[in-house]
Formats: sequence, structure tokens, C-alpha cells
Amino acid sequence: MVATKNISFIYRYFSLTLLLSASNLLYAVVLPEERADAMYHRYDGGGMVIDGPSILVRKNIAEKYSIAANYYIDSVSSASIDVLTSGASEYTEERIESSLDFTYLEDKSLINIGYTTSQENDYEASSFRIDFSQDFFGDMSTLSMGFSQGNDDITQTDNENFSEKLERRHYRIGLAQILTRHLIANINYESIIDEGYLQNPYRFILVNTGTAYNVEAERYPNTRNSDAVSLKLSYHLPWSAAIKSRLGYFTDSWGIKSQSIELDYSQQLNKRWLVDLRIRQYQQGEADFYANAFDIDSALQTFVGRDKELSEYSSFSVGLGASYEWTFNHRIEKARVNFQVDYMLFDYDNFHEVTSETTASFGIGNEPLYSFNAYALRLFFSIWY
Amino acid sequence: MKQFSSIVIRIFIIAFSVYSYADTEVMPAPDFTLKSNSGSNIRLAEQRGNVVMLNFWASWCAPCRQEMPHLNALSQQYSALGFNLMGINVDEDPQAANRAINNLKVAFPVLFDSDSRIAELFSVDAMPTTIIIDKDGNIRHWHRGYQAGYEDSYAEQVAQLIRE
Amino acid sequence: MKKIITLLFILQLLALSACSVKPWVKPYHRAKLANEVMQYDRDPISDGYIHHVRQARESARGAEGAGGGGCGCN
Repeated sequence: MVATKNISFIYRYFSLTLLLSASNLLYAVVLPEERADAMYHRYDGGGMVIDGPSILVRKNIAEKYSIAANYYIDSVSSASIDVLTSGASEYTEERIESSLDFTYLEDKSLINIGYTTSQENDYEASSFRIDFSQDFFGDMSTLSMGFSQGNDDITQTDNENFSEKLERRHYRIGLAQILTRHLIANINYESIIDEGYLQNPYRFILVNTGTAYNVEAERYPNTRNSDAVSLKLSYHLPWSAAIKSRLGYFTDSWGIKSQSIELDYSQQLNKRWLVDLRIRQYQQGEADFYANAFDIDSALQTFVGRDKELSEYSSFSVGLGASYEWTFNHRIEKARVNFQVDYMLFDYDNFHEVTSETTASFGIGNEPLYSFNAYALRLFFSIWY
Repeated sequence: MKQFSSIVIRIFIIAFSVYSYADTEVMPAPDFTLKSNSGSNIRLAEQRGNVVMLNFWASWCAPCRQEMPHLNALSQQYSALGFNLMGINVDEDPQAANRAINNLKVAFPVLFDSDSRIAELFSVDAMPTTIIIDKDGNIRHWHRGYQAGYEDSYAEQVAQLIRE
Repeated sequence: MKKIITLLFILQLLALSACSVKPWVKPYHRAKLANEVMQYDRDPISDGYIHHVRQARESARGAEGAGGGGCGCN
């Protein structure tokens, strides 16, 4: 049986985000704070357990320059639905990622350039990014623009002859606007263009012949253009707390459309305790070429895929977190220990749980829809100096 | 001719309105009295005869905090020569202000402007704002924000005004 | 000729009015906006991770970040 290794692929397009969302662009054109963080992260759900460390260190020089470095590991043990569908046994693997960012501040402009590289035994990704922010209108408005380019090399563990490439380009623009003493709005747009090998060499489609499933290789387009827009509002309440909301909308050339809404509440309880509460709802429609199972005719269409990430589904999550702070009067100014956890429920509307057991129990084509729960936790310790 | 001269007049009006927007005259600093962190009230007009530097800052303003050690050094260097450096803190919460004064080890008097009345009086439009006033009470230099190296300009300007 | 005068008149008004739309939240009134509870990505190491968890399972990607509107200092 083909060993299915779908996990690697779900971590593909992310490497930019870890430091992209780093505080570089947060505080309207001020250098990010100097700090170091050490974190344990863990995801458990849908038959997968992924955990590992992450370390982030930032140093500022002469109040003009800032350097940050991150080292991150994902240790994967997976018996996910894709593994079960293929009949393969649980697999383990490791992905290691490192990033470096340089930030330069000049008057009301901030420039960040960064590089990230990620390796696992059958996937190597590297990306370069540049982001620029400018304050204007009395610092009430901040305009940001950025570009990233990623280049991936894809191989296959049991196939020496397999070698593919993927090129990813991101273009983004955003505006942060102070509206009142209590309210900030943020609007962001990002266009992503992917070209190259966008599928998974280990995944296959199901073709329902009526009596049994045939498996065939997936056929994906080799381009994908997507547009995402988001609106964020942060409102400071009359006590030391804020309510933050984010609306997201996404559409791409594969026919997928998605919407998300998130609400966050953060409160400083006292000098030491800070708590967070959040809820989020995400839903997406399917890709044009997606089907849980094709019939003999539809399996002949140009593009076919069975990745549940391309299906129609919705997810709901709740999260909470708390941090405890110590302050000092020396080189290390303060330290915090922080715990955050999010509990997620995924409900698929047209992806079914297809295993030899379910097909036998329910009959071919009648397997139940798939759903699963997962939690993602992070426990980290931070110091500011 | 009438139309031409009306165009010329309009151009002059635009040109002058832009020109007068740039402050080229020397202005006397508005007088005020605020309570200081030593408990006593301090009045600006009573500082005549000394060079005065007012630094508007707040605990939540990162560049203000970065600037503070440089201001401490400046105060130490010139205060015996007729230089009064006074911080004007605009924190609404006096506790936050006092915490910051302790953390930053502010070595010069800090005046509390918690309702931003004096910041408004001076039309402060950046944080931090550093204003240097000569011995006659006139505003001579106005610095908006803080960038690495500003402290060198401050030292030059203060030294020059002391010599006047 | 009349058109040029009208245009100049409009430009003159615009020039004067543009000078008068000033930033309405004064820099010394931005304490609340600078409070870290207002930030989305208060801890980049943690927020980067949760973005990554989502991106790995969702088709949607992009438009996550770029903040601004903090203390308005400098």
C-alpha cells in the first residue's frame, strides 16, 4: 500500500506566516520590542499529534535596527483520515524551520526583510519577504506593503525519480487607521499566485465503480491565484480590556470561497495577570475539481482532487489563555509565562470518512460525513530586556 | 487685466497661507503652573534667566522611554550651568506615571499634566515633543518624536543658548 | 479664462481646507491605543503558530497581518 503522508503538505504554504505576523508591523513604525520566547506547541486531533519547540529571539541595535531569529520544529505522528483511507499505518516525521528577519527604522518608515527555510525528508521550502510600513497623517494612519517569494522542492520518499517545484508569490497591502481614542481599524488585502506542483504525490482520488472504489492519482491545475481581504477592529473598553474582531473573505481561481469571523477579548486583570478569550467561525465552499468520490465519467475531467482541505466545510473554535508577569529592575525588565489553548470542531459537508470498515458497514457511497475535534495549545516563557 | 490681476492675487493668497503655516517667528512660550513629582508647584515664567527644556512624554510611549537616559545625561551635564530640564508627563493615571519615573530613574523634575491641558496649550502634535526655551522665555527649538542621535542636537542647542 | 480662474479658486479652497483637516486623535490621547490588550499579535511566537495551524487546514490564506495604529509615537 502506498504510504500516505499528507501532513507535510498541509504545512506547505505557511512558512511565511510565522514571522510575517511578527510584531514588526504592529506598532505603527516603532521598532519591535526586544524579547526572547521559548514555546512548546502541541496539536492533537483528527488522528494527528504534532508537537515541538519554537524559539524566537530579537535584538535591537542603536534604536534603528532590529534582528530576529526563529527556530521551530514540528514532530508529527499521523494516523489521520487520509492515512486510514489509504490503509497505510501511522507514520512519523519531523519538519524543521528557521527564519531570520532584519528591520530598519528611519523616521516614519519601517522596512523588514526576512528569509525562512523549512526542511522535511520530502519537502524543502524557502521564502524571502520584504515589507514596508509608513506612518502619515499625524501617525493616525499606517500604510503597509509587502512582497514575498517562495520556492519549494518536492520529492517523494519511496520514489527517487520524483522531483517537482513550486513557486509562490505574495503581494500584500494594508492600512491601519486610528478612528477614535478607543478604536483602531485595519484593512488588509493579499494576492497570492502559485505556480508549479500544487498537489500531493501521496494522495489519490476515489472512483466509485458501483461495487468498489478504484484509486487514481490526483490531477491539480498547476496555477492557483487567490485573493484575500480582511477587516479588523480593535476597541478599548472603559476598563483595561479590549474587544477585537476580524472578518475575512477569500476567493481563488480553483472556485473556493471562504468567510471567517473572529472575536477576541483580552483583559489585564491586574499588574500580573492578563487573560484572553476568543471564538472563531470559518466556512468554505469546495474547489471546482473536488469530489469525495468520482464516478467513472467524472473521473475523466481535466482536474480531480480529494483533499478535504478543498471540500465544503465549516469549523468553529473557542480559545482561552492566561499570562502571569514578573517585573524586575535590572537588565531583564520583565518575564512572563503564558498558556493559550484553542479547541476546534471541524464539520465536513462533502468529505466522507471512507475506510474499509465504514464502506463495509454503510455500503459504498454511503459512508458518513467526516468530522473531528482538535486542540492546539502553546505554553511559552518570555523575557524582555 | 482685471482677470489677470485677480489670478495673481489668488496665487499670492495661496502662497502666503502656505508660508505663514511654517512658523518662522520666535514665539514666547505660554506660561503655566503644574505640580511636580517633588510635591511643589512649578511655574514656567519663574524659570526666566535659565535655559529651559520641556519634554512631553508618557509611560506608554516607547520612543519617550528610549529617550529618557539621554535626557538624564543632558540634565546632569548642563544643570549647573543654568539649564532646567523638566519632563511633562501626560499619563492619565498618576500611578503609571510614578512607576515609569522609578523604572526609568528620571533624574530631573517631572510635572504632571494628566488632563493634557498643557499639551493642548502647546499644541503638541507628536510624542515625545521636546521644546527648548531661551533665557528670555522664547521658544527657540522644537523637536518632534525621538530618533537615535537627537540627543546630540539637544546638547548643541542647549550649549549655544547657555552661551547667549 | 473663466475656467482657469474657477479652477484656481477651487485649488485655493482645497489648499486651505486640506491644511485644516488635522489628525483628530492627539498623540497625547493615544494611551489606550498603545495598550497591549489592543494588539492582535501581542506574542508573535504564539500568534504565528495559530495562523500556521489554521493555514494548514483551511484553503484560505493571506491578509493576516500588518498592524499599525499603536502609540502614534514618533
